[in-house]
Amino acid sequence: MGTNKVSKSKEGSLLSRMTRNQMFIPLAALAALLLFNLILDPSSFAITMDENSAGNPVLSGFLINILDNGSELAILAIGMTLVTAASGGQDISVGAAIAISGSVLLRVLCGSNTRPETLQAPILVAFLVAFVVAMLFGAFNGVLVAVFRIQPMVATLILYTAGRSIASWVNNNELPIIGEPSFGYFGGFIPGIPVPTPIFIAILCLVAIWLVLKFTNLRLYTQSVGINENSAKLNGLNPTFIKILSFVILGACVGVAALIKVSRLATINYGVIAKDIEMDAILAVALGGNALSGGKFNMAASVVGAYVIQCLTTTLYKFKVPSTALPAYKAVVVILLVVLSSPVVRAKLSALAPQAKRKEAA
Amino acid sequence: MAKTSSAPKQGGAKKSLNDTSLLMLITVVVFVVMYLGAMLILKGGFLKPQAFLNLFNDNASLIILSCGMSLVMITGGIDISVGGVTALVCMCCAVYLDKMGGNVAVSALLALAIGLGFGLVQGFLVAYLEIQPFIVTLAGMFFAKGMTTIVNSEPFNVAHEGFKALSGTRVNVPGMGTVNKLGEYVNAYVEIGVVVALVVVILMFCMLRWTKFGRSFYAVGGNSQSALMLGINVKRTKFMSHLLCGLLAGVGGFVYFLHVASCAPSHASGAEMNAIASSIIGGTLLTGGVGNIVGTMFGVLSLSTIKNIVSSAGLGEAWWTGITTAAMLCLFLVIQSVVMSVRKKKQLGVK
Repeated sequence: MGTNKVSKSKEGSLLSRMTRNQMFIPLAALAALLLFNLILDPSSFAITMDENSAGNPVLSGFLINILDNGSELAILAIGMTLVTAASGGQDISVGAAIAISGSVLLRVLCGSNTRPETLQAPILVAFLVAFVVAMLFGAFNGVLVAVFRIQPMVATLILYTAGRSIASWVNNNELPIIGEPSFGYFGGFIPGIPVPTPIFIAILCLVAIWLVLKFTNLRLYTQSVGINENSAKLNGLNPTFIKILSFVILGACVGVAALIKVSRLATINYGVIAKDIEMDAILAVALGGNALSGGKFNMAASVVGAYVIQCLTTTLYKFKVPSTALPAYKAVVVILLVVLSSPVVRAKLSALAPQAKRKEAA
Repeated sequence: MAKTSSAPKQGGAKKSLNDTSLLMLITVVVFVVMYLGAMLILKGGFLKPQAFLNLFNDNASLIILSCGMSLVMITGGIDISVGGVTALVCMCCAVYLDKMGGNVAVSALLALAIGLGFGLVQGFLVAYLEIQPFIVTLAGMFFAKGMTTIVNSEPFNVAHEGFKALSGTRVNVPGMGTVNKLGEYVNAYVEIGVVVALVVVILMFCMLRWTKFGRSFYAVGGNSQSALMLGINVKRTKFMSHLLCGLLAGVGGFVYFLHVASCAPSHASGAEMNAIASSIIGGTLLTGGVGNIVGTMFGVLSLSTIKNIVSSAGLGEAWWTGITTAAMLCLFLVIQSVVMSVRKKKQLGVK
């Protein structure tokens, strides 16, 4: 980091410049969590080579676990950041949409038979169908928000209510199970590659969005619509289209996340799959320091936020916290983080810092 | 704002309804039409007065929760912790009554204290530390749900004598009884929670309508900048809305507890979404500044009626409830959005 060297001469500005950076809070939280783990149990950081049930050598360990399980959340955080920035609201239907998309995926793979000997359709075809379905539901949310001007949280409440019902209706409330091992590659390991596949999929998505943001006007347009819709319109942008586009992109993220989720299980549980993941995704955006009221966004901060949440979840599981009690601990950490990053507290803290210095000088 | 709303009252001429009353009126009309339609077409249970009262019996706690939700939504916020608080209240009261042998009055106070505690902390974080209400109350929900299982993770039925007596208390409604198959006259009844719910609705309605304190809620939700310039303490108003919502979540939680007389971590899961949906159907806008408690009550009743209609129309599969609820929500939202945009265009045209 070049900034560190430069600002050594004036330390006061280093601290304030670092804390003012949007990446500071999520990165500091991640560092604190990892440090906490390192102190309590240094051995957990070891990455070992194990054999999985298929007999292939695979990497395993605490860090790999976080990266692996955080993939879906990181992918969703991409779409959620865009939706938040463009519409100034959040999509609370992503968990339900994952259930629908996953259900469609299994339906296409299995046909009418829930225990197929052979797959009824190539995995790629099934994935594309589910992917398109997820984007269509994203577009549905987008139309409600952009055309009918319903607040995003309320508009997506519709799909949140209906989603899991639709998902079980798609498969007649049966639970298809896929025996085909190649379907498990997406959520597990490809033979011969020791790194979990979801990590690759997440990296692929992150690179894709990085390229899109770098080489297109998506970032500029999304932010302008989020900051002031009317002036964006006067400048020749189409806010309706941009908003719908952001929801469709989130739909695409949902489609990918659904593939990973369903592939991990090789089946689906309509009520439980990706439950509360929408809350985690929104938290990721908020932890990244992005205003939930829309406007400017920092994609990298959101993604780091997603891994912070996964790190927290994994840490709590490691300390044998029962999964039902998990939310209470999560809530405490989240509140601590948002209190620390709130503008009021920050202003107070930065007002305290120079005072302390003056006292030292005196 | 004040001028336009007071002018038609004084002049007596019905120039135009304000947004709040119009959206409420739509809900009330839809509810009445839906219920009459169900009585005429489906007959069966819908013709019995008790069936109508059961709408209240089953939804007393949801009405109270939705009232709190509406208050927060009118000021432009949101509270998604109410379902979690309900579950926590049930669990704490049940454990206190059955395992610690407490008495009923103290358990009611305990419920209020839990709700008040949540309201205090959340209100402080939202109003004075300016953290987004969604995040704060989301954490509140997580915390409440987690604490519920930490207090006790096993569901059980409450066996406390005094509590059972209170829980089983029925208030007879005169003039609505029916003669059963044996020829005996059976009084129609409501549970004690319904009385509480109605009191809450009336209190909140009066507060919002006629007190300065209540009106400041609309001012803050409509435009917090101009409210500030009018000399309203915006931060305190937001704080109070969350405090009241928390308190009502405590009350609603205890009423829920009275209704089910049991506790389980899964209790009232999704209640926050039902409360939000009811408030919206009742004409409260999430953007703030528009809303009506009576409308909210009808929102709850409409939501429950549509569920009853679906199940008595023979669509027994579990998924139909979810889908129809969502369809109804969708319909109402689109109606609201169309009505509001038409009115906006008219207003602009007049100018």
